[in-house]
Amino acid sequence: MADDEQLRAALSEDLDAGFEALVRTHGDVVHAVARRTAERAADAEDLAAEAFLRAYRALRGYDPDRIARLDLRPWLLTILLNTARNDRRDAARRPRTDGAADPPDRASPAPGPAERAEGTDLGDRLAALLATLPVAQRTAVVLRHVVDLPVAEVAAVLACSEGTARSHAARGLAALRTRLTSTEETS
Amino acid sequence: MTDPVLAALRDLAEPAPATLADRVVDGWLRVPGPLGEVYAVVGARGVRLLRPAAFAGELDAFLEDYRSRHGRPVRPAPRAPRGLLPALRGRGEGPALDLGDLTPFAREVLAVTARIPAGQIRPYGWVAREAGHPAAVRAVGTVLARNPVPLLVPCHRVVRSDGDVGQYLSGRADKVALLEREGVELAHLEALAAAGTRLVGSDTTGVVCFPTCHHARRITTAHRHGFPSLARARAAGYRPCRDCRPS
Repeated sequence: MADDEQLRAALSEDLDAGFEALVRTHGDVVHAVARRTAERAADAEDLAAEAFLRAYRALRGYDPDRIARLDLRPWLLTILLNTARNDRRDAARRPRTDGAADPPDRASPAPGPAERAEGTDLGDRLAALLATLPVAQRTAVVLRHVVDLPVAEVAAVLACSEGTARSHAARGLAALRTRLTSTEETS
Repeated sequence: MTDPVLAALRDLAEPAPATLADRVVDGWLRVPGPLGEVYAVVGARGVRLLRPAAFAGELDAFLEDYRSRHGRPVRPAPRAPRGLLPALRGRGEGPALDLGDLTPFAREVLAVTARIPAGQIRPYGWVAREAGHPAAVRAVGTVLARNPVPLLVPCHRVVRSDGDVGQYLSGRADKVALLEREGVELAHLEALAAAGTRLVGSDTTGVVCFPTCHHARRITTAHRHGFPSLARARAAGYRPCRDCRPS
């Protein structure tokens, strides 16, 4: 694993070789956040790949000074979240025709968030409950507690102060704990 | 003491599949082709681009053009994808192709073109009809002129209905050379076209074919009849060949 100093130097020297190293170094964190952002597991890798390609296209226009100033991980995660938002907007405008999305009136064989939230596996229940949080809280919890980013990077991705980032993460976590208890009581 | 909720949240961080880097970064190769070296760009789903080196120019310029046109990084490929090298020697099914950037019409045109056997030719209008858009003859020409994977999708086997070989991505001379390597007798076909013969039929089977169809090539001179159109052949009692499906 290369550190970010080496990655920035590699990107400036040979963009394509450096970019492959960037994907190998930050692919796991980008994919993990994509997995908690995409609605279906199968979409996570597509979303992560699309975000990396957008990052590549941006880097082609950056001069070495700009690359030297890039904080790579929050920069990549910001692109990922923007990509996911654009994809959701496009999907809302133009229903997908590749058959990948279930028609809303057909019962899906996979359990929905409600059923999964009532299951027994804590991880499954948390994954389902995460999807019910407001976007800012969900993103903060995923960045802070799932992929273990420092508060400063969470704030950079959310484009807010560290205090606000901390508060989104804390409120999201508290909401998860409350909802966990309430689903335990009803099941 | 560990908090079970925080521990479970951390466990939700699933590592990326090993395929992610290959999905993002394409690989390039320089390999021998029928008319000299070709450059190929390969993604995780298959060959994305193939160009004769003599036509594409210097490797660096070719790669830079790929990066800027497609907005995708490209690095030396560790190995050739399965089927690429045999296909360039005229053997096998060919490698997987990634034509995902094309329109559905373009993909259909290439799928139809890919089914034309070696040593045979078809008119542009036939491809248009087989692709389900019989009027889109010019559009077929445009798609084939931009074929991202020539040789692998043999667009050189699609010619004009008047007997002229027509245009080719890397020039007419390459198209002629590729067809002659496959045993297509262009002079003979031009003579037939000049005489107004587009289809040939056998009076023993009552079947009419394109002249390069393997069934047509077996007809002996005594039983061979030329026709200017399928309508005329039908009027004479012939039915179209089920293999070459003349139009």
